[in-house]
Amino acid sequence: MTNLAISLLIGVLTGAGVYLVLRAQTFPVVLGLTLMSYGVNLFLFVMGRLHTAAPAVVGASEQYTDALPQALVLTAIVIAFAMTAFVIVLALKARAAMGNDHVDGLHIPPARRTSGKPEEPRA
Amino acid sequence: MSANLISLLVFLPVALAAILTITGRKHPGPTRLLNLAGVAVLLVVSAGLLVTGTGDTAQVIELGSWAAPFGIVLVFDRLSGLMLLLTSIVALLSLVYAIRRDEDMAGPHFHALFQAQLFGLNGAFLTGDLFNLFVFFEVLLLASYGLMLHGSGRRRTRAGLHYVVVNLIGSTLFLFAVGALYGTVGSLNLADITLKLPQVEPDAVPIVTTAIFLLFTVFLIKGAAFPLYLWLPGAYGYASIPVAALFAIMTKVGLYSVLRVDSVMLSGNTLGGVIDTTALVAPWLLWLGLITLITAALGVVAATFLRRQVAYLIIASVGTILIALGLAAGPERELALSGALFYWIHTTVLSAGFFLLAGLLMRHRPQQGDAIAPAPPMPQAILVGSLFFAYAIAMAGLPPLTGFFGKVMILSAALESPLLAPVFAVVLVSGLVMVIALARTGSRVFYQSEATPGHPSDQPPTASRPLPGMGTTIAPMIVAALMVIGAQPLSTWLESTATQVSQSGAYLDAVMPEGILDPETAPGKFGEDHEGGQH
Repeated sequence: MTNLAISLLIGVLTGAGVYLVLRAQTFPVVLGLTLMSYGVNLFLFVMGRLHTAAPAVVGASEQYTDALPQALVLTAIVIAFAMTAFVIVLALKARAAMGNDHVDGLHIPPARRTSGKPEEPRA
Repeated sequence: MSANLISLLVFLPVALAAILTITGRKHPGPTRLLNLAGVAVLLVVSAGLLVTGTGDTAQVIELGSWAAPFGIVLVFDRLSGLMLLLTSIVALLSLVYAIRRDEDMAGPHFHALFQAQLFGLNGAFLTGDLFNLFVFFEVLLLASYGLMLHGSGRRRTRAGLHYVVVNLIGSTLFLFAVGALYGTVGSLNLADITLKLPQVEPDAVPIVTTAIFLLFTVFLIKGAAFPLYLWLPGAYGYASIPVAALFAIMTKVGLYSVLRVDSVMLSGNTLGGVIDTTALVAPWLLWLGLITLITAALGVVAATFLRRQVAYLIIASVGTILIALGLAAGPERELALSGALFYWIHTTVLSAGFFLLAGLLMRHRPQQGDAIAPAPPMPQAILVGSLFFAYAIAMAGLPPLTGFFGKVMILSAALESPLLAPVFAVVLVSGLVMVIALARTGSRVFYQSEATPGHPSDQPPTASRPLPGMGTTIAPMIVAALMVIGAQPLSTWLESTATQVSQSGAYLDAVMPEGILDPETAPGKFGEDHEGGQH
């Protein structure tokens, strides 16, 4: 049951991430990248298999918890966090340089926009 | 001793990056000198290691003395050594140009980012561990994001945004691939995975296959193969000139990963005893290489300024190398690989030089920059034009320069292949198309130089003094000339390198001399980098 719930969660997070990355404004794209990194972090974590009450020691009980994926996830979280911070700053810079938040710098009238408009960056 | 020197190749850049971050703003002079000295040391050490034959047998460095698969290993063999040497050559060219033209002053921390980039590159070329490869990819990418945006500008920011987003998606896919491999095979060490692939349980075979293809997809995003190269022309075309020149090595990281993982992990191996992995990805590489080469040749024709044209020439070379790597799964494995490596050296060094030449055009043609359009004559037009001519010949693969030799070696490896006809047709026709496009560029930019009536050349070219940074565009040509003169010994050396790459058994013996550890005493699921390489 837990396995199914977690698989669905990974799928939803990644799917929503992919959908948002395909949007034309930078802010949804950044959100999409963040959701995808959440999805992949959860995926990495689950790769150690889900056990309850199993120590991270071989032979101490019938099953053991694999501690390595947790180390991998920790690294991946740190990297994804740094990258998200960077890409947010870059998106603000692009907004300032191009005068709008379209990923190609194309001006699209607000009425035709399909997704939420991000907050105006303070210059 | 050699172990220390190999470690130096990774740890010197990261130490310098830290120091240069501190000195960068206040002491530009010493910062430049320190960076130059660092790159020179990397060049001397990597060349020295190759010349003394250190890489003839794979040298394994166990970080923290943790044996594989428990710790991270660095593996230095001829292939890694060659990549490190190429990295330092390109870095030296780019850095000298940046300093001569003051390009490094266009924004803060150029030098620190430069060394951070070298840290990531050298680490990626040396590591023997997939997760560590991911970490080094991230290091080199993060540094490259900074370098890409160095100097800013509207178009550069836009191209940079695309570059960053595409590579972040690539990183996510990389993590999915690595996670799926770890969850099924139970290891992240390349040698350990190789040994464990035949024992994969039948249920897990589709997952492992998916993970392998996902992994190669990521490598081909970095390596810029069709259809994943669309980020490259913008990124390379709008990056500042020394950065674009340094990026000439970046696509090669992707190709190196393809070659390394394919030759160690897949070649001559089986997956769960059911799937023969030798030809699992190679046919894809061959076909993708063919399509990449065609589309890149069209891009070379369509480009409107020289930097973009050179970017498409880089994609064309990626296509050519992918074709050779695909052919390497056929009967002429070593010939194909040595041809690929010869072409590899040629294209990395020359495309870096070609970018620098485009930079000279940009600086000395005030109205037109490097646009493929007539402009008033630039200073030193004859020398610059001759250099352009030489670069065009070499990059398009005409004799007597290096591109021709590389293509001949690759085509002769295709003679025994069932895909003889498409390979010959695509390589030769795309070469012709590129020759035509480059000839048009040359005649527009250099021959029609006075054909603009509106712009009388009010600044007559000062002919006597060489342009600053000119040397960095001549040096790659000298390398190419040496490669032609020494083609015989070089190709002999490359053939034995190809033999070493083909014999994955020696790599496995070097990294894991005892084979798979007994699961009773040391469960395989525990075998990996206990520190996770937190950079």
